[in-house]
Formats: sequence, structure tokens, C-alpha cells
Amino acid sequence: MNNLVILPILIPLVTGILLIFFNKNIPLQKWISVIASIATIVVSAILVQTVFTGGIQTLEIGDWRPPYGIVLVADMLASLLVLTASIVSLTCILYAFRTIGEAREKFYFYSVVQFLMVGVFGAFLTGDLFNLFVFFEVMLMSSYVLIVHGGTKVQLRESIKYILVNIISSALFVVAVGLLYSVVGTLNMADLSQRISEVGQPGILTVIAVLFLIVFGLKGAIFPLFFWLPGSYQAPPTAITALFGALLTKVGVYSIMRVFTLIFYHDTEFTHGLISILAGLTIVVGVIGAVSYWDVKKIIIYNIMTAVGVILIGVATMSTTSITGSIFYVVHDMIVKGALFFLVGAMAILSGTFDLKKMGGLIRNHPVLGWLFFIAVVTIAGIPPLSGFVGKLLIVQGGLENGDYVLAGVVLLSSLLVLYSVMKIFMNGFWGETKLSVTEEKGSTKGLILPIALLLSLSIALGVGAEWFIPYFNEAAETMMNPSIYIDAVLKE
Amino acid sequence: MEILMSILIGILFTAATYLMLSKSLLRIIVGTGLLSHGAHLLLLTMGGLKTGAAPLLGENAEFYTDPLPQALILTAIVISFGVTSFFLVLAYRSYKELGTDNMDNLRGTDRHE
Repeated sequence: MNNLVILPILIPLVTGILLIFFNKNIPLQKWISVIASIATIVVSAILVQTVFTGGIQTLEIGDWRPPYGIVLVADMLASLLVLTASIVSLTCILYAFRTIGEAREKFYFYSVVQFLMVGVFGAFLTGDLFNLFVFFEVMLMSSYVLIVHGGTKVQLRESIKYILVNIISSALFVVAVGLLYSVVGTLNMADLSQRISEVGQPGILTVIAVLFLIVFGLKGAIFPLFFWLPGSYQAPPTAITALFGALLTKVGVYSIMRVFTLIFYHDTEFTHGLISILAGLTIVVGVIGAVSYWDVKKIIIYNIMTAVGVILIGVATMSTTSITGSIFYVVHDMIVKGALFFLVGAMAILSGTFDLKKMGGLIRNHPVLGWLFFIAVVTIAGIPPLSGFVGKLLIVQGGLENGDYVLAGVVLLSSLLVLYSVMKIFMNGFWGETKLSVTEEKGSTKGLILPIALLLSLSIALGVGAEWFIPYFNEAAETMMNPSIYIDAVLKE
Repeated sequence: MEILMSILIGILFTAATYLMLSKSLLRIIVGTGLLSHGAHLLLLTMGGLKTGAAPLLGENAEFYTDPLPQALILTAIVISFGVTSFFLVLAYRSYKELGTDNMDNLRGTDRHE
């Protein structure tokens, strides 16, 4: 029992409610948002350290013993992701200060962002499948509002598709929960895992596992279920796309990681084989999209898919090495995707367009922005001293140890194409002829450098200080590989 | 009884899928309504349709029906109600702004402006 576990959910919830009352007072809204976000970061950092020293922390809501009540579980994976998500959300709020515009700010923008964070943190921390569904809905409802917020024509058109896809996947989630309940008779994850290991996952449970893969795959944009992603993420302003790109798909990925390491791990030849094939195809489609577009935002959006594929390959391999790599890569990718969206957003603000062919020579007038972009490029490609390297190294190493040479090859080749796609932005956007002089630029990057530099310095620290961080990731992987640790912590007598 | 309910739920899912594949936005929204009805009935059926008293302790019955699926359905109903009302208002707004409810005209990823 530890009340610390609920604080990352409670702080944004209270803040979101509080902000509803001050919707006209923009400076006050900004102050409250920033203070609350910093408080969330501090709390989740304390949570990570508590889990590291004291093992898995649980909170039984209302003193009802699991499996009868709802239980919140903070293991290492969940608390690391909560910490990363809270940092990314702070930078998104800082970025929104300069870019989102007064009309949107007056219309409950900061409030909805806080509610989105409630959903994300809740989904990471819950120990109950139906509660996971409810937190998914909290997150999705906020994302519906954010994606259409402002009501431009593109946003209206794309949000219809986004909402429709998510309504269908939510209905499938309810169906999957209903089927699982009829077979096993419980919804608590630890209890589910225990009961399924007693019966050894017969065929019907594998069918339900695949249904869950479809549901979470729709949220996480894996191969045949990614079709909604490019359009929907294109529509809203960059600060919101960054929040979505860094967090929402990762919640789907996290759910796949959780469900397929804790609950459905008895028929790995079929389920994990399926995941690895889909993950490989996700990478292929992602790099094809990233290489083919000349729209800077689209390039980064397709890179989200590549990263999702790489993470899932690590999960499908199911060895301690590769799972450590996956967790490291999730954390790295949340940070660096946020930074990349901020960077291309800044480029678009300067040149007034997302079309790469109309940009050029930005590095002459904006050297800091240019070199920050270069750091982001080498980070996302996985060049050794930076954070993308460690995760991919471990995933490839795990793949090779397991004999999955094709998948390891796909991961390595994808790095090359990802590097090409972002380097294309750097070379065409920052080098070459200067197309706009300082006076002709459409906006300024004042105040935008801070959130970008914050995320990139974190990413550098994560890469350079990998030795120092790895014990945390190892502990997370240890818990995921041995579900009994999780079950004992939740269902302790 | 469960067999009969399963067939009914199957019919609801079929109709929902058919409607959601059509061109008009309102038909799609009707389809999502049928889909959530199907999902909620499925939750109820999967909890088991054994005969028993309503889950009220004052009934003093020997057997009660399972209260958990009913609570889950109640939660799912209000969530889908909220989402549906948002979707309907969005459809209204986009009909006014974009001047069409034909999904074929809402295609493409080019910018409107």
C-alpha cells in the first residue's frame, strides 16, 4: 500500500478541473499548468526511485483486496514510462505557450491536455483490464477534443476518421474484455495471469489474445491497422501532434508489452511469432512512407511507425536482453519524437510551410536550431554515444541470440533509411541556398528552443549515461520476464 | 438462451459493419450505435444468463445474477453515450463547414484551404 502510486493520476486530474474555472485568464492557466507538470515530474521521479529500492508498489483503491477491487500497480516499466511521459508533457506545454494561439488557449486547451495526461498515466499504472479500458477512453476523449480543437476544415475532416476508428477499436476492446471474462472469470491482470497459467492457455485464449493484439494494434498503429495515423496526425497544430506522437501510440505499445508478457505468454510460438511478423512489416511500411514524402511532418509521422515496429520486435523476441532494449527504446523514442516534432514545427513556423522543397538554408540565420536538429538526427538513427544506440543494440543482440536474423537485419536496415529520411530534412531544409532572409520569415523561434534543448539534453544524458540508467531498465525487464514477481506483489497474502 | 443472444449479437455486428462501410456520415453514426449495443449485449451474455434474483441484497434470494457485468455495461454505456454525442455534434459542425456528409468527398490528405 503506497499512496504515492495514485499521485501521477491525481495531480493532473485536479489541475484539469481547476483550469476549467480560469479559462479566460491565460497567464494564470500557464502558471498552474507548468507548476502541476513539474510536480508530476517530481512525484514520478520519486516513484521510480521507490520502485527501484523497494520493489513493485501497489495501491488497493478503497482497501478492497485484489482481485475484488481495483488495484494500481507501479512496477519499473510503468513508473519509467510515467516519468518520461510527464517530462514530454511539460515540454509540450512549454512549446504550446508560443505556438498554440490565444483563441485555443481560451477554449480550455490546457485543461484538456491535463485530462489527456490523466488517461495516459492511468493506463500505465492500472492493474485491471476494464480500468485500462476506462483510462483509454479518458485519453481518447481528450485526444478527440485536441485533434479537432480550433475547428479548421482539415481538422474536422480528419477527426471524423480518427474518432470512427477509435470507436470501433473501443467496441472491440469491450468485446475482448467480455470474452475473456466469460472464459476466466476475472479482470485483474495478476489474477488473470495466474488463472491462465493454471489452464495453460487453450485455443480460445489464444483467439482472445489475438483480439487484444488487434485492439492495441489499432491504438499503436501496427502494420495492417496503421491507415488512420498519417492523416489524423497531420491535421492538428504541431504541439498537439508532438503530444500524440510521443505518447498515444506508446500507450498501445505499452499495453501490448504488458498483456503479452504478463497474461498471454504460454503460446509464444503463435502469438509472438505473429507479433514479430507484423512488427517487421510495420517497420517496412514506416520507412517506405518516411523516405517517400517531402512533407516534413509526414516524414516524422511515418518514423513513429518504424519505432513502434522496432519496439515490438524486441517484445516478440522475449529474452531479457531484447526486452531491456525495447523498454530503453520506448523511453528514448518518446523523448526524441517529441523533440523532432518540435523541430519540424519550428522550421514550418519560420518558412510558413511544411513542404521541404520550399525551405532551404535555415542554418545561416538559425545555427542553434540547425545543430539541435542535427543532434536529433543522429540520435534517432542510433549513432553510438546517443540514446537511440543502446536500445537498438540490445534489440538486435537479442534477435541474433534467438536466431531471428531476418528481423535483426530489418531493424539494422531500417536505421539506415530512417537516417536517410531525417537527413533529407536536414540537408534540404538547413543547407543550400537561403530562401528567406530574416525579415521575410513568417515567425520567430523565440521560446521554442528551450523545450527542444530540454528534451535533447535528456536524450544525450540517457545515451551517455547509459551505464547509470541500465540497472533501472534491467529491473523493468526482470519483472516482465518473470510474471510471478508481479503476481506476488499484487496478490500478496 | 445464450445461443439465441449470440445470434442476435452477430446480427447487430453485421448490420453495424454494413452501415459503417456506407458513404453517408449519419449511417456510419447509426452503425456505431448498433456496434456498441452489440458489445454491451455481449458483455451481458458472456457474464452468463442464469436465472437468479436482481442483485439487490434485500431480495433475500438464494441465487443472484452476476453484478460485475452489469456494472461494466453501465460504465461502457455512459462512455459510448459521451463519445456518440461528441461525434454527432462533430458531424453537424463538419456538415456546416464542409457542406457535405458524403465520405467520398472527405477523402484525401491534401489541405482544403
